[in-house]
Amino acid sequence: MKNLVILGAGTAGTMMANHMIKKLPKKEWQITVVDQYKTHYYQPGFLFLPFDIYTTSQVKKNGKKFIPKGVNYIQKKIELIIPEANKVELENGEALNYDILIIATGTKIAPEEIEGMFGPEWHKSIFDFYTYEGAKALRNKLREWEGGKLVVHITEMPIKCPVAPLEFAFLADSYFKNKGIRDKVDITYVTPLGGAFTKPKATKALHHLLEEKGIKEVTDFNIERVDYENNKIIDYADTEVDYDLLVTVPTNMGDALIERSGMGDDLNFVPTHKATLQTKNYENIFAIGDATNLPASKAGSVAHFEAEILEDNILRYINGEPLKEEFDGHANCFIETGGGKALLIDFNYNHEPVEGTFPFPGIGPLNLLKESRMNHMGKMAFRWIYWNMLIKGISIPFVSATMSEKGKHFEEVK
Amino acid sequence: MKKLIANREIDVNEEGYLVDFKQWDREVCECIAGECNVVMTEKHWEVVEYLQDKHHKEEPLSIRGIKKSGVINIKEFYALFPGGPLKKSTLIAGIPKPKSCI
Repeated sequence: MKNLVILGAGTAGTMMANHMIKKLPKKEWQITVVDQYKTHYYQPGFLFLPFDIYTTSQVKKNGKKFIPKGVNYIQKKIELIIPEANKVELENGEALNYDILIIATGTKIAPEEIEGMFGPEWHKSIFDFYTYEGAKALRNKLREWEGGKLVVHITEMPIKCPVAPLEFAFLADSYFKNKGIRDKVDITYVTPLGGAFTKPKATKALHHLLEEKGIKEVTDFNIERVDYENNKIIDYADTEVDYDLLVTVPTNMGDALIERSGMGDDLNFVPTHKATLQTKNYENIFAIGDATNLPASKAGSVAHFEAEILEDNILRYINGEPLKEEFDGHANCFIETGGGKALLIDFNYNHEPVEGTFPFPGIGPLNLLKESRMNHMGKMAFRWIYWNMLIKGISIPFVSATMSEKGKHFEEVK
Repeated sequence: MKKLIANREIDVNEEGYLVDFKQWDREVCECIAGECNVVMTEKHWEVVEYLQDKHHKEEPLSIRGIKKSGVINIKEFYALFPGGPLKKSTLIAGIPKPKSCI
Protein backbone atom coordinates (compact mmCIF):
# COMPACT_ATOMS: atom_id res chain seq x y z
CA MET A 1 0.00 0.00 0.00
CA LYS A 2 1.30 3.45 -0.89
CA ASN A 3 0.65 6.60 1.08
CA LEU A 4 -0.42 10.04 -0.04
CA VAL A 5 -0.29 12.38 2.94
CA ILE A 6 -1.91 15.83 2.86
CA LEU A 7 -0.89 18.31 5.55
CA GLY A 8 -3.67 20.77 6.30
CA ALA A 9 -7.44 20.48 5.88
CA GLY A 10 -8.17 24.07 4.88
CA THR A 11 -9.44 25.11 1.47
CA ALA A 12 -6.55 23.61 -0.52
CA GLY A 13 -6.01 20.43 1.53
CA THR A 14 -9.69 19.54 1.62
CA MET A 15 -10.00 20.10 -2.13
CA MET A 16 -7.00 17.88 -2.82
CA ALA A 17 -8.41 15.06 -0.67
CA ASN A 18 -11.64 15.26 -2.65
CA HIS A 19 -9.79 15.33 -5.97
CA MET A 20 -7.38 12.49 -5.24
CA ILE A 21 -9.88 10.06 -3.68
CA LYS A 22 -11.62 9.92 -7.06
CA LYS A 23 -8.43 9.32 -8.98
CA LEU A 24 -6.21 6.99 -6.96
CA PRO A 25 -7.04 3.26 -6.88
CA LYS A 26 -8.14 2.41 -3.32
CA LYS A 27 -6.35 -0.92 -3.34
CA GLU A 28 -3.00 0.77 -3.96
CA TRP A 29 -3.23 4.11 -2.21
CA GLN A 30 -4.14 5.22 1.27
CA ILE A 31 -4.88 8.95 1.51
CA THR A 32 -4.31 10.62 4.89
CA VAL A 33 -5.17 14.20 5.85
CA VAL A 34 -3.68 15.74 8.99
CA ASP A 35 -5.00 18.90 10.64
CA GLN A 36 -5.13 19.68 14.34
CA TYR A 37 -8.14 22.02 14.11
CA LYS A 38 -11.76 20.82 14.11
CA THR A 39 -13.34 23.88 12.54
CA HIS A 40 -13.22 24.71 8.84
CA TYR A 41 -13.66 28.44 8.31
CA TYR A 42 -15.05 30.16 5.24
CA GLN A 43 -12.27 32.73 5.31
CA PRO A 44 -13.74 35.14 2.72
CA GLY A 45 -16.59 35.56 5.20
CA PHE A 46 -14.25 37.18 7.75
CA LEU A 47 -14.59 40.35 5.68
CA PHE A 48 -18.34 40.49 6.34
CA LEU A 49 -18.39 39.41 9.96
CA PRO A 50 -17.25 42.79 11.41
CA PHE A 51 -20.14 44.57 9.65
CA ASP A 52 -22.81 42.13 10.83
CA ILE A 53 -23.44 41.08 7.22
CA TYR A 54 -22.61 37.47 8.03
CA THR A 55 -23.21 35.71 11.32
CA THR A 56 -20.57 33.60 13.01
CA SER A 57 -22.39 30.38 12.08
CA GLN A 58 -22.25 31.27 8.39
CA VAL A 59 -18.46 31.22 8.33
CA LYS A 60 -17.63 28.01 10.19
CA LYS A 61 -18.48 24.36 9.95
CA ASN A 62 -17.08 21.12 11.27
CA GLY A 63 -14.18 20.29 8.94
CA LYS A 64 -14.78 16.55 9.09
CA LYS A 65 -17.93 16.92 7.00
CA PHE A 66 -15.88 17.83 3.97
CA ILE A 67 -13.29 15.08 4.15
CA PRO A 68 -14.48 12.31 1.82
CA LYS A 69 -15.13 8.76 3.01
CA GLY A 70 -12.15 6.47 2.61
CA VAL A 71 -9.71 9.18 3.61
CA ASN A 72 -7.88 8.71 6.89
CA TYR A 73 -8.41 11.98 8.81
CA ILE A 74 -6.04 12.58 11.71
CA GLN A 75 -6.73 15.51 14.04
CA LYS A 76 -3.31 15.98 15.56
CA LYS A 77 -0.59 18.58 15.61
CA ILE A 78 2.17 18.10 13.07
CA GLU A 79 5.59 18.38 14.69
CA LEU A 80 8.02 17.93 11.82
CA ILE A 81 8.45 17.02 8.18
CA ILE A 82 11.59 14.95 7.55
CA PRO A 83 11.89 14.95 3.74
CA GLU A 84 15.06 12.85 3.68
CA ALA A 85 13.19 10.01 5.42
CA ASN A 86 9.83 10.61 3.66
CA LYS A 87 8.32 10.91 7.08
CA VAL A 88 6.05 13.25 9.03
CA GLU A 89 6.16 13.32 12.82
CA LEU A 90 2.99 14.08 14.76
CA GLU A 91 2.48 14.98 18.43
CA ASN A 92 3.05 12.16 20.92
CA GLY A 93 5.86 10.73 18.81
CA GLU A 94 3.57 9.22 16.21
CA ALA A 95 4.96 9.08 12.67
CA LEU A 96 3.52 8.84 9.16
CA ASN A 97 5.46 7.59 6.16
CA TYR A 98 4.58 8.93 2.76
CA ASP A 99 5.31 8.22 -0.87
CA ILE A 100 3.88 11.57 -1.90
CA LEU A 101 3.34 14.56 0.36
CA ILE A 102 1.12 17.57 -0.31
CA ILE A 103 1.79 20.62 1.85
CA ALA A 104 -1.34 22.72 2.34
CA THR A 105 -0.58 24.25 5.72
CA GLY A 106 -1.58 27.75 4.68
CA THR A 107 -0.75 31.19 5.98
CA LYS A 108 -1.10 32.73 9.40
CA ILE A 109 -0.99 36.29 10.62
CA ALA A 110 2.09 37.27 12.61
CA PRO A 111 1.28 40.55 14.43
CA GLU A 112 4.26 39.95 16.74
CA GLU A 113 6.55 40.82 13.80
CA ILE A 114 5.84 44.55 14.31
CA GLU A 115 6.78 46.26 17.57
CA GLY A 116 3.73 47.42 19.49
CA MET A 117 1.16 45.68 17.34
CA PHE A 118 0.61 42.50 19.33
CA GLY A 119 0.61 44.29 22.68
CA PRO A 120 -1.85 45.49 25.31
CA GLU A 121 -4.05 47.18 22.68
CA TRP A 122 -4.43 44.06 20.49
CA HIS A 123 -8.14 43.49 19.91
CA LYS A 124 -8.88 46.64 21.95
CA SER A 125 -8.00 49.48 19.55
CA ILE A 126 -5.85 47.42 17.14
CA PHE A 127 -7.62 44.67 15.22
CA ASP A 128 -7.07 42.18 12.44
CA PHE A 129 -9.91 40.67 10.44
CA TYR A 130 -7.96 37.78 8.89
CA THR A 131 -8.79 35.46 11.79
CA TYR A 132 -12.16 34.40 13.14
CA GLU A 133 -11.27 35.79 16.57
CA GLY A 134 -10.11 39.10 15.13
CA ALA A 135 -13.15 39.57 12.88
CA LYS A 136 -15.51 38.78 15.75
CA ALA A 137 -13.74 41.10 18.21
CA LEU A 138 -13.84 43.85 15.59
CA ARG A 139 -17.57 43.29 15.04
CA ASN A 140 -18.18 43.85 18.74
CA LYS A 141 -16.02 46.96 18.70
CA LEU A 142 -17.76 48.45 15.64
CA ARG A 143 -21.19 47.88 17.17
CA GLU A 144 -20.39 50.37 19.90
CA TRP A 145 -17.81 52.64 18.20
CA GLU A 146 -19.01 56.22 17.88
CA GLY A 147 -16.53 57.45 15.31
CA GLY A 148 -13.08 58.92 14.97
CA LYS A 149 -10.06 58.06 12.84
CA LEU A 150 -10.32 54.63 11.25
CA VAL A 151 -7.06 53.46 9.67
CA VAL A 152 -7.15 50.41 7.39
CA HIS A 153 -3.59 49.20 7.06
CA ILE A 154 -1.46 46.58 5.31
CA THR A 155 1.80 45.70 7.08
CA GLU A 156 3.75 44.03 4.28
CA MET A 157 3.20 41.97 1.15
CA PRO A 158 2.38 39.25 0.29
CA ILE A 159 -0.95 38.79 2.03
CA LYS A 160 -3.85 36.40 1.53
CA CYS A 161 -6.27 38.24 -0.66
CA PRO A 162 -4.67 41.63 -1.46
CA VAL A 163 -8.08 43.15 -2.17
CA ALA A 164 -9.64 42.34 1.22
CA PRO A 165 -8.32 45.45 3.01
CA LEU A 166 -9.70 47.64 0.21
CA GLU A 167 -13.03 45.89 0.46
CA PHE A 168 -12.90 46.48 4.19
CA ALA A 169 -12.49 50.22 3.63
CA PHE A 170 -15.36 50.29 1.12
CA LEU A 171 -17.67 48.31 3.38
CA ALA A 172 -16.75 50.50 6.34
CA ASP A 173 -17.82 53.55 4.31
CA SER A 174 -21.23 51.92 3.65
CA TYR A 175 -21.56 50.66 7.21
CA PHE A 176 -21.04 54.10 8.76
CA LYS A 177 -23.32 55.72 6.18
CA ASN A 178 -26.09 53.31 7.10
CA LYS A 179 -25.49 54.01 10.76
CA GLY A 180 -25.78 57.72 10.05
CA ILE A 181 -22.33 58.52 11.44
CA ARG A 182 -20.21 58.67 8.27
CA ASP A 183 -19.52 62.38 8.99
CA LYS A 184 -17.96 61.39 12.31
CA VAL A 185 -15.61 58.83 10.77
CA ASP A 186 -12.40 59.64 8.96
CA ILE A 187 -11.18 56.66 6.89
CA THR A 188 -7.55 56.38 5.76
CA TYR A 189 -6.13 53.51 3.70
CA VAL A 190 -2.42 52.90 4.42
CA THR A 191 -0.40 50.56 2.20
CA PRO A 192 3.25 49.64 1.60
CA LEU A 193 2.44 49.55 -2.13
CA GLY A 194 2.76 52.52 -4.46
CA GLY A 195 -1.02 52.52 -5.01
CA ALA A 196 -4.28 50.87 -4.02
CA PHE A 197 -3.48 47.54 -5.67
CA THR A 198 -0.57 45.58 -7.10
CA LYS A 199 -1.66 45.79 -10.73
CA PRO A 200 -1.74 49.21 -12.46
CA LYS A 201 -5.09 48.94 -14.33
CA ALA A 202 -7.00 47.81 -11.26
CA THR A 203 -5.19 50.39 -9.12
CA LYS A 204 -6.60 53.15 -11.29
CA ALA A 205 -10.16 51.90 -10.97
CA LEU A 206 -9.80 51.31 -7.24
CA HIS A 207 -8.14 54.67 -6.61
CA HIS A 208 -11.12 56.32 -8.26
CA LEU A 209 -13.49 54.45 -5.94
CA LEU A 210 -11.51 55.41 -2.85
CA GLU A 211 -11.66 59.05 -3.90
CA GLU A 212 -15.38 58.87 -4.61
CA LYS A 213 -16.03 57.48 -1.14
CA GLY A 214 -13.86 60.08 0.59
CA ILE A 215 -11.26 57.55 1.75
CA LYS A 216 -7.75 58.98 2.05
CA GLU A 217 -4.75 57.04 0.76
CA VAL A 218 -1.25 56.86 2.25
CA THR A 219 1.03 54.84 -0.05
CA ASP A 220 4.62 53.54 0.17
CA PHE A 221 4.22 53.24 3.93
CA ASN A 222 6.53 50.57 5.36
CA ILE A 223 5.59 50.31 9.01
CA GLU A 224 8.33 50.20 11.61
CA ARG A 225 6.23 50.20 14.78
CA VAL A 226 2.89 50.91 16.38
CA ASP A 227 3.00 53.55 19.08
CA TYR A 228 -0.04 52.23 20.91
CA GLU A 229 0.31 54.72 23.76
CA ASN A 230 -0.07 57.68 21.41
CA ASN A 231 -2.31 55.93 18.85
CA LYS A 232 -0.12 56.20 15.81
CA ILE A 233 1.68 54.02 13.31
CA ILE A 234 5.16 55.06 12.25
CA ASP A 235 7.09 53.98 9.17
CA TYR A 236 10.82 53.76 8.43
CA ALA A 237 10.78 57.20 6.80
CA ASP A 238 9.31 58.56 10.09
CA THR A 239 5.92 59.24 8.52
CA GLU A 240 3.22 59.06 11.17
CA VAL A 241 -0.47 58.25 10.79
CA ASP A 242 -2.82 58.81 13.74
CA TYR A 243 -5.66 56.43 14.48
CA ASP A 244 -8.43 55.88 16.97
CA LEU A 245 -9.21 52.48 15.52
CA LEU A 246 -6.50 50.58 13.65
CA VAL A 247 -7.59 47.69 11.43
CA THR A 248 -4.42 46.10 10.17
CA VAL A 249 -3.46 43.16 8.04
CA PRO A 250 -0.40 41.92 9.94
CA THR A 251 2.55 40.20 8.29
CA ASN A 252 1.40 36.94 6.70
CA MET A 253 3.64 33.94 7.23
CA GLY A 254 3.59 30.25 6.42
CA ASP A 255 3.06 27.79 9.26
CA ALA A 256 5.74 27.48 11.94
CA LEU A 257 5.93 23.78 10.97
CA ILE A 258 7.63 24.81 7.74
CA GLU A 259 10.25 26.76 9.67
CA ARG A 260 10.79 23.91 12.16
CA SER A 261 11.31 21.55 9.24
CA GLY A 262 13.76 23.94 7.57
CA MET A 263 11.72 23.98 4.37
CA GLY A 264 10.67 27.62 4.03
CA ASP A 265 11.89 31.00 2.84
CA ASP A 266 12.11 34.16 5.00
CA LEU A 267 8.36 34.10 5.54
CA ASN A 268 8.06 30.30 5.95
CA PHE A 269 6.61 29.84 2.48
CA VAL A 270 7.65 26.67 0.66
CA PRO A 271 9.73 27.29 -2.50
CA THR A 272 7.55 25.78 -5.21
CA HIS A 273 7.76 25.54 -8.99
CA LYS A 274 5.23 28.11 -10.15
CA ALA A 275 3.82 26.15 -13.10
CA THR A 276 3.91 22.53 -11.82
CA LEU A 277 3.42 23.00 -8.03
CA GLN A 278 6.22 20.54 -7.27
CA THR A 279 8.43 21.83 -4.46
CA LYS A 280 11.84 22.99 -5.62
CA ASN A 281 13.83 20.79 -3.27
CA TYR A 282 11.96 17.48 -3.16
CA GLU A 283 10.40 15.77 -6.14
CA ASN A 284 7.83 13.76 -4.16
CA ILE A 285 6.62 16.81 -2.21
CA PHE A 286 4.06 19.17 -3.74
CA ALA A 287 2.65 22.37 -2.28
CA ILE A 288 -0.58 24.20 -2.90
CA GLY A 289 -2.41 27.37 -1.92
CA ASP A 290 -1.05 30.02 0.37
CA ALA A 291 1.62 27.69 1.81
CA THR A 292 3.68 28.16 -1.38
CA ASN A 293 5.96 31.02 -2.40
CA LEU A 294 4.25 31.34 -5.80
CA PRO A 295 4.10 34.89 -7.17
CA ALA A 296 0.31 34.57 -7.33
CA SER A 297 -2.46 35.75 -5.10
CA LYS A 298 -2.71 33.76 -1.84
CA ALA A 299 -6.47 33.40 -2.26
CA GLY A 300 -8.84 30.46 -2.26
CA SER A 301 -9.68 30.96 -5.92
CA VAL A 302 -6.02 30.44 -6.77
CA ALA A 303 -5.92 27.25 -4.68
CA HIS A 304 -9.01 26.08 -6.55
CA PHE A 305 -7.39 26.59 -9.95
CA GLU A 306 -4.15 25.03 -8.69
CA ALA A 307 -5.97 21.94 -7.42
CA GLU A 308 -7.08 20.88 -10.88
CA ILE A 309 -3.54 21.13 -12.19
CA LEU A 310 -1.96 19.52 -9.14
CA GLU A 311 -4.29 16.53 -9.43
CA ASP A 312 -3.03 15.95 -12.98
CA ASN A 313 0.57 16.42 -12.02
CA ILE A 314 0.44 13.98 -9.12
CA LEU A 315 -1.02 11.34 -11.43
CA ARG A 316 1.71 12.10 -13.95
CA TYR A 317 4.36 11.85 -11.26
CA ILE A 318 3.02 8.44 -10.17
CA ASN A 319 3.12 7.24 -13.79
CA GLY A 320 6.65 8.53 -14.27
CA GLU A 321 5.52 11.08 -16.88
CA PRO A 322 6.87 14.61 -17.14
CA LEU A 323 4.85 17.16 -15.16
CA LYS A 324 2.66 19.65 -16.98
CA GLU A 325 3.86 23.21 -16.63
CA GLU A 326 0.36 24.51 -16.75
CA PHE A 327 -0.47 26.73 -13.80
CA ASP A 328 -0.60 30.33 -15.02
CA GLY A 329 -1.28 32.13 -11.73
CA HIS A 330 -4.98 32.43 -12.49
CA ALA A 331 -6.91 34.35 -9.82
CA ASN A 332 -10.52 35.47 -9.86
CA CYS A 333 -11.77 37.82 -7.18
CA PHE A 334 -14.92 39.67 -6.41
CA ILE A 335 -14.22 43.03 -4.82
CA GLU A 336 -17.02 44.34 -2.61
CA THR A 337 -17.31 48.07 -3.11
CA GLY A 338 -20.12 48.76 -0.65
CA GLY A 339 -23.73 49.74 -1.20
CA GLY A 340 -24.59 46.30 -2.55
CA LYS A 341 -22.19 46.47 -5.45
CA ALA A 342 -18.99 44.69 -6.37
CA LEU A 343 -16.25 44.57 -8.97
CA LEU A 344 -14.86 41.38 -10.45
CA ILE A 345 -11.26 40.89 -11.48
CA ASP A 346 -9.71 37.98 -13.37
CA PHE A 347 -5.94 37.84 -13.86
CA ASN A 348 -2.83 35.66 -13.97
CA TYR A 349 0.99 35.83 -13.89
CA ASN A 350 1.11 37.65 -17.22
CA HIS A 351 -2.13 39.54 -17.59
CA GLU A 352 -3.29 42.19 -15.20
CA PRO A 353 -7.02 42.61 -14.54
CA VAL A 354 -8.78 44.27 -17.46
CA GLU A 355 -12.31 45.19 -18.46
CA GLY A 356 -14.55 42.69 -20.20
CA THR A 357 -17.21 40.12 -19.39
CA PHE A 358 -17.12 36.88 -17.40
CA PRO A 359 -17.41 33.92 -17.74
CA PHE A 360 -18.98 34.16 -21.22
CA PRO A 361 -17.11 36.36 -23.69
CA GLY A 362 -19.22 39.34 -24.73
CA ILE A 363 -22.21 38.25 -22.62
CA GLY A 364 -21.25 38.13 -18.96
CA PRO A 365 -23.41 38.16 -16.90
CA LEU A 366 -20.56 39.48 -14.77
CA ASN A 367 -18.61 42.59 -15.68
CA LEU A 368 -14.88 42.73 -15.18
CA LEU A 369 -13.41 45.75 -13.43
CA LYS A 370 -16.78 47.55 -13.32
CA GLU A 371 -19.03 48.03 -10.33
CA SER A 372 -22.36 46.23 -10.56
CA ARG A 373 -25.08 44.67 -8.43
CA MET A 374 -24.73 41.43 -10.38
CA ASN A 375 -21.12 41.11 -9.25
CA HIS A 376 -22.24 41.59 -5.65
CA MET A 377 -24.81 38.81 -6.11
CA GLY A 378 -22.00 36.66 -7.43
CA LYS A 379 -19.92 37.32 -4.34
CA MET A 380 -22.82 36.49 -2.05
CA ALA A 381 -23.62 33.31 -4.00
CA PHE A 382 -20.01 32.29 -3.67
CA ARG A 383 -20.43 31.28 -0.03
CA TRP A 384 -22.85 28.57 -1.16
CA ILE A 385 -20.54 27.56 -3.99
CA TYR A 386 -17.65 27.32 -1.53
CA TRP A 387 -19.34 24.99 0.96
CA ASN A 388 -21.17 22.92 -1.63
CA MET A 389 -18.88 22.74 -4.63
CA LEU A 390 -15.46 24.27 -4.29
CA ILE A 391 -13.96 22.43 -1.33
CA LYS A 392 -15.64 19.22 -2.44
CA GLY A 393 -13.59 19.42 -5.62
CA ILE A 394 -16.58 19.86 -7.93
CA SER A 395 -15.49 22.11 -10.76
CA ILE A 396 -17.39 25.32 -11.28
CA PRO A 397 -19.10 25.30 -14.70
CA PHE A 398 -17.58 27.54 -17.38
CA VAL A 399 -14.66 28.66 -15.23
CA SER A 400 -11.40 27.04 -16.30
CA ALA A 401 -8.24 26.54 -14.25
CA THR A 402 -6.12 28.50 -16.68
CA MET A 403 -7.30 31.98 -17.57
CA SER A 404 -9.41 32.52 -20.66
CA GLU A 405 -8.40 35.51 -22.77
CA LYS A 406 -11.74 35.69 -24.58
CA GLY A 407 -14.12 38.57 -23.98
CA LYS A 408 -11.43 40.66 -22.34
CA HIS A 409 -10.11 43.99 -23.44
CA PHE A 410 -6.38 43.38 -23.42
CA GLU A 411 -4.11 46.08 -24.66
CA GLU A 412 -1.71 45.28 -27.47
CA VAL A 413 1.25 43.38 -26.05
CA LYS A 414 4.19 45.72 -26.19
CA MET B 1 12.04 53.15 -25.16
CA LYS B 2 15.50 54.69 -25.31
CA LYS B 3 16.97 57.14 -22.87
CA LEU B 4 20.25 59.01 -23.03
CA ILE B 5 22.22 58.08 -19.92
CA ALA B 6 25.94 58.84 -19.58
CA ASN B 7 25.87 59.85 -23.28
CA ARG B 8 24.68 56.40 -24.29
CA GLU B 9 21.35 55.18 -25.60
CA ILE B 10 20.01 52.87 -22.91
CA ASP B 11 16.83 50.78 -23.18
CA VAL B 12 14.43 51.58 -20.36
CA ASN B 13 10.75 50.97 -19.61
CA GLU B 14 8.19 53.74 -19.10
CA GLU B 15 9.25 54.16 -15.47
CA GLY B 16 12.90 54.49 -16.39
CA TYR B 17 14.02 51.04 -15.23
CA LEU B 18 16.72 49.37 -17.34
CA VAL B 19 15.38 46.65 -19.59
CA ASP B 20 18.75 45.04 -20.34
CA PHE B 21 21.13 44.65 -17.42
CA LYS B 22 24.07 44.24 -19.85
CA GLN B 23 23.82 47.98 -20.53
CA TRP B 24 24.44 48.78 -16.86
CA ASP B 25 27.84 49.85 -15.57
CA ARG B 26 29.15 52.12 -12.84
CA GLU B 27 29.00 55.17 -15.05
CA VAL B 28 25.36 54.58 -15.98
CA CYS B 29 24.68 53.86 -12.34
CA GLU B 30 26.15 57.16 -11.14
CA CYS B 31 24.13 59.07 -13.73
CA ILE B 32 20.84 57.51 -12.65
CA ALA B 33 21.78 58.06 -9.01
CA GLY B 34 22.41 61.72 -9.80
CA GLU B 35 18.92 62.04 -11.28
CA CYS B 36 17.58 60.64 -7.99
CA ASN B 37 19.68 63.11 -5.98
CA VAL B 38 21.76 60.27 -4.59
CA VAL B 39 25.54 60.55 -4.41
CA MET B 40 27.08 57.09 -4.50
CA THR B 41 29.24 56.17 -1.51
CA GLU B 42 30.93 52.90 -0.69
CA LYS B 43 27.86 51.82 1.30
CA HIS B 44 25.63 52.59 -1.71
CA TRP B 45 27.79 50.35 -3.92
CA GLU B 46 27.61 47.58 -1.38
CA VAL B 47 23.82 47.75 -1.38
CA VAL B 48 23.68 47.90 -5.18
CA GLU B 49 25.83 44.76 -5.42
CA TYR B 50 23.67 42.99 -2.86
CA LEU B 51 20.49 43.84 -4.80
CA GLN B 52 21.98 42.73 -8.11
CA ASP B 53 23.15 39.48 -6.57
CA LYS B 54 19.67 38.77 -5.18
CA HIS B 55 18.12 39.64 -8.53
CA HIS B 56 20.42 37.30 -10.45
CA LYS B 57 19.57 34.49 -8.06
CA GLU B 58 15.90 35.25 -8.76
CA GLU B 59 15.26 35.89 -5.10
CA PRO B 60 12.47 38.44 -4.54
CA LEU B 61 13.46 41.77 -3.03
CA SER B 62 11.60 43.19 -0.07
CA ILE B 63 12.05 45.53 2.86
CA ARG B 64 12.02 42.43 5.08
CA GLY B 65 14.85 40.95 3.02
CA ILE B 66 16.92 44.08 3.67
CA LYS B 67 16.58 43.48 7.41
CA LYS B 68 18.18 40.07 6.99
CA SER B 69 20.71 41.13 4.33
CA GLY B 70 23.60 41.56 6.73
CA VAL B 71 24.65 44.51 4.52
CA ILE B 72 22.46 47.23 5.93
CA ASN B 73 19.50 47.77 8.26
CA ILE B 74 16.23 49.31 7.15
CA LYS B 75 16.83 52.72 8.76
CA GLU B 76 20.18 53.05 6.97
CA PHE B 77 18.55 51.89 3.74
CA TYR B 78 16.02 54.73 4.02
CA ALA B 79 18.83 57.17 4.79
CA LEU B 80 20.87 56.10 1.73
CA PHE B 81 17.94 56.13 -0.69
CA PRO B 82 15.43 58.63 0.71
CA GLY B 83 11.84 58.39 -0.45
CA GLY B 84 11.07 54.93 -1.77
CA PRO B 85 14.34 53.13 -1.02
CA LEU B 86 13.50 49.86 -2.75
CA LYS B 87 12.19 51.60 -5.87
CA LYS B 88 15.12 54.01 -6.04
CA SER B 89 17.86 51.51 -5.27
CA THR B 90 16.66 49.01 -7.88
CA LEU B 91 16.41 51.79 -10.47
CA ILE B 92 20.01 52.73 -9.70
CA ALA B 93 21.13 49.09 -9.67
CA GLY B 94 19.72 48.58 -13.18
CA ILE B 95 17.34 45.79 -12.17
CA PRO B 96 13.53 45.62 -12.41
CA LYS B 97 11.33 47.38 -9.88
CA PRO B 98 10.29 44.81 -7.24
CA LYS B 99 6.75 43.67 -7.79
CA SER B 100 6.09 43.21 -4.07
CA CYS B 101 3.86 40.46 -5.36
CA ILE B 102 0.32 40.43 -6.35
